[in-house]
Amino acid sequence: MVSFNILVAVALSYVALLFSVAFYAERKADQGRGAWLYSPIVYTLSLSIYCTAWTFYGAVGYAARSGLEFVTIYLGPTIVLVGWWWVLRRLVRIGRAQRITSIADLISSRFGKSKSLGVIVTILAVVAATPYIALQLQSVTLSFAVFAEAGGQPWGADKLNGGAIAVAIGLAIFTVFFGTRNLDANERHHGIVMAIAVEAVVKLFALLAVGAFVVWGIAGGPSQILAQIDASPISQWEQDGARWVGLIFVSGAAFICLPRMFQVLVVENVDERHLNIAGWAFPTYLMLMSLFVVPIAVVGLAILPEGANPDLFVLTVPLSQGRDGLAMFSFLGGFSSATSMVIVSTIALATMVSNHIVVPIWLRVQAGAGAKMSGDVRSVILLARRLSIGGILALGYLYFRVSGGGTALAAIGLVSFSGAVQVLPVLIGGVFWRGATRIGAAMGLITGFLVWGWTLFLPSFGAGAFISETVMAQGPFSIYWLRPTALFGIDGMDALVHGIVWSMLLNALMFFLGSVFSFPTPMERLQGAQFVNVFDYSTGSASRHTDAADAEDLLIMSQRIMGGTEAQAFFQAEAMSQGKSGYLPDVTSHFIERLERELAGSVGAATAHAMMGPLTDGHGMSVEDLIAVADEAAQILEYSNQLEAKSAEQEHTARALRTANEKLTVLSVQKDAFLSQISHELRTPMTSIRSFSEILRDGEMTPAEQERYAGIIHDETLRLTRLLDDLLDLSVLANGQVTLQDQSGDLKGLIDRAVSVAGGDTEGLRILRNPSSEALGVRTDLDRLGQVFINLITNARKYCDADAPQLRIKVGRVSGHYCIDFIDNGSGILAENQALIFEKFARVSDEQKAGSAGLGLAICREIMQRLGGQISYLPGQGGAAFRVVLPPAAILAIR
Amino acid sequence: MAKRVLLIEDEPNIIEAISFILSRDGWTVHTHENGETAMTKVRAFPPDLIILDVMLPGRSGFDILRDLRGDDETAQTPVMMLTARGQSKDRELALRLGANHFMTKPFSNAEVRDNVRALMEA
Repeated sequence: MVSFNILVAVALSYVALLFSVAFYAERKADQGRGAWLYSPIVYTLSLSIYCTAWTFYGAVGYAARSGLEFVTIYLGPTIVLVGWWWVLRRLVRIGRAQRITSIADLISSRFGKSKSLGVIVTILAVVAATPYIALQLQSVTLSFAVFAEAGGQPWGADKLNGGAIAVAIGLAIFTVFFGTRNLDANERHHGIVMAIAVEAVVKLFALLAVGAFVVWGIAGGPSQILAQIDASPISQWEQDGARWVGLIFVSGAAFICLPRMFQVLVVENVDERHLNIAGWAFPTYLMLMSLFVVPIAVVGLAILPEGANPDLFVLTVPLSQGRDGLAMFSFLGGFSSATSMVIVSTIALATMVSNHIVVPIWLRVQAGAGAKMSGDVRSVILLARRLSIGGILALGYLYFRVSGGGTALAAIGLVSFSGAVQVLPVLIGGVFWRGATRIGAAMGLITGFLVWGWTLFLPSFGAGAFISETVMAQGPFSIYWLRPTALFGIDGMDALVHGIVWSMLLNALMFFLGSVFSFPTPMERLQGAQFVNVFDYSTGSASRHTDAADAEDLLIMSQRIMGGTEAQAFFQAEAMSQGKSGYLPDVTSHFIERLERELAGSVGAATAHAMMGPLTDGHGMSVEDLIAVADEAAQILEYSNQLEAKSAEQEHTARALRTANEKLTVLSVQKDAFLSQISHELRTPMTSIRSFSEILRDGEMTPAEQERYAGIIHDETLRLTRLLDDLLDLSVLANGQVTLQDQSGDLKGLIDRAVSVAGGDTEGLRILRNPSSEALGVRTDLDRLGQVFINLITNARKYCDADAPQLRIKVGRVSGHYCIDFIDNGSGILAENQALIFEKFARVSDEQKAGSAGLGLAICREIMQRLGGQISYLPGQGGAAFRVVLPPAAILAIR
Repeated sequence: MAKRVLLIEDEPNIIEAISFILSRDGWTVHTHENGETAMTKVRAFPPDLIILDVMLPGRSGFDILRDLRGDDETAQTPVMMLTARGQSKDRELALRLGANHFMTKPFSNAEVRDNVRALMEA
């Protein structure tokens, strides 16, 4: 007979083994090694926490009491994995994309990061899981008690309680140690997952070993056991179709909704593709787990005395046959089942409790105390989580004590399951239906929770414990249709099916109605879009920062207001300033501030703030409103831009017209002046010609007079001809129709000829030159250059008003250019007229002075422009002074 | 004593032509070429009639006319203006300023002679 002490030693050694496995796995994970940690087999085995002590011990009890119905508990998850894997895949993807830490986190996050939903789900989960944890404590304690009894020392109530406390404390230590070792962003616990995988193997082989022993060791082979089963009452149990459907549904839903299952399925998942393997591997595991349930139950019922607890057949059958080793192995299997469930459950619940209840309260207290948030929040969260683990196990122990250790384990398990699945409508609705709202979710969850509590949870304590027998029979306040087991007067249903049907129905209905009749906040819309369209937003391999999608929404919104290019440029610049590539910066408060300012430039500060408000504090306008505002603002902007463009265009046209008009006016004045001047220039010689021709016609004059008058007429006709020539010349030059000759010569010769043509060096005008400076070879249109010189000399002759007119012709270099200056000793040209003299008949506007330079200077300017040089008036030289600058290309050599 | 005509004009050939025509008709002709000093000349040689060109070096004929009409001694002296710019606004301005006659170049000798005679007789 195995002594109790040895059993304790074995249990402790087993725990020590688990510790080392967990340690080893954590170390490998820290080192980035150990690919096996990420293997789909480990993932599949970790799912086995579905098979708790309830399954390990309870399934046999279930079979002994209710026949084949226990199979439903295995069928539910199998159906989910085989037929509903796409739901799991979506959940896993969302979990990774949104960095979900628990099922409460997922629901809170989906519905606009609602704090209250997180609290509701957390409370629901804790309430539903507590009996289940108590159940595990009880099973471990009972299994110890079994050995104690077999050793001849049956445990009393105090011993049972002490054992339960010891187990609870031990589990708390293990869970705290590995469950809160670090605060990983993705909340993965490699050590624990690995330990659970080991436990999964142990419990499977333990059950298989007991089963094999029962079939071959006791019954004498498969054929005998089949015959025995046929003969036993188990096969005679009538199966209730409604219960089967209800149980398959509940167990399947629980497989997704139980906090611990969500933890291993979604949170601990390292690779989406592992679901593919788990899809067939886990149903296989379940099948093996259920393989020997019926044989053990049948044999147990047959060989053990009447009244033996069938929930403990797995232990008591080997013990009764003196197979202590096998019993010990079986004990370890049960121990594994219980501990793995408790550990994961506690981690999942502690995460929820600390994240959704403890830390928010702490933050509020801190904020109230005026303390800064800069302190080490991590350590606070870890502490909160550790305290939560202790609290949850304490609750479990408390339930164990209060419930008095009821012996029907399976019943508590189902009640617990149906409590957890109240999350299902909101969970599925949240990830598939964009229209689901926070209000609807809260209404559905609360309704489901209340109905479940009323119809299943409270009655599970037994009539009289929480609900008096009168209320059970006649309804609260004698409201008949509110009886816990017959809501709305529908009687005669199985209590479990009744509770499940009503809770799920009302839950889903309220969720639907609440969602339809309430409006989602912008945050909900954004989150909803990301959850429902998770496959558009994320990739399976790389987890993505939540804020990126927010930034994308902001970008879409901003583009409507700022215009695509501007918005993208702004986002890109912001991302760059954060050291990120691409155009989606992290949505920091700094960024939001800057974006708000940027938007304020387009829609005004108040609207911009209203638009950004929902993203910063979660309240404000709906997304439709935002988009409507954005569209409206964009339209107004567009319209006003068009108006602005139009008026700018008109203004531009008006300006152009005004300028053109001014030019035309000036041109018109110039034209009038030009014509007037032409008229003057032509009429003056013609006056002389007419007068003298009349005098000649009249006769009565001396031959000398006659000759003189004929000479005047001749000179004046030449003057007319010259004027007309000049006009044509200027017209040709101004229109650019002139063909320049390419001629070479020397400057001195050119000036010589010009002086000679312009009347020579005479008393009327003395020409002063420095011949040595004129020794310069030039290559240009020499006739045209000569024409310029002639005009300048002629002007000096005509207009120099000195008593002894002189014209100095100087050749020199000024800033690298060869210049020829023509400076006379007259009174020069008034400063205000100097700018005008190169215009055609410029002096026409100066009515105080008769005569005119005519077209001479205008022609000089045109010629010099054509030749590539220039001509200008030189002020401050005493008399009239003109400077001709030769084009650089015209200089050949200095002679 | 022959009546005195002052011709203020800067074109030498025109001066010569008009002087010839009027001398032949019996007038005593004085000439002056500069606009600026024209008024001094008028005071030094009070003429019975002035022939005044518009475009003169130094001062325009219109300014001289304004001075003539503003001076009591010359306010009644007949003035005949000459211009080579055939613009009607010049004629209007001249008559408004008090010119007695306005002639556009080129003119016929008979025209000059007849106009001078008419102005003298008036």
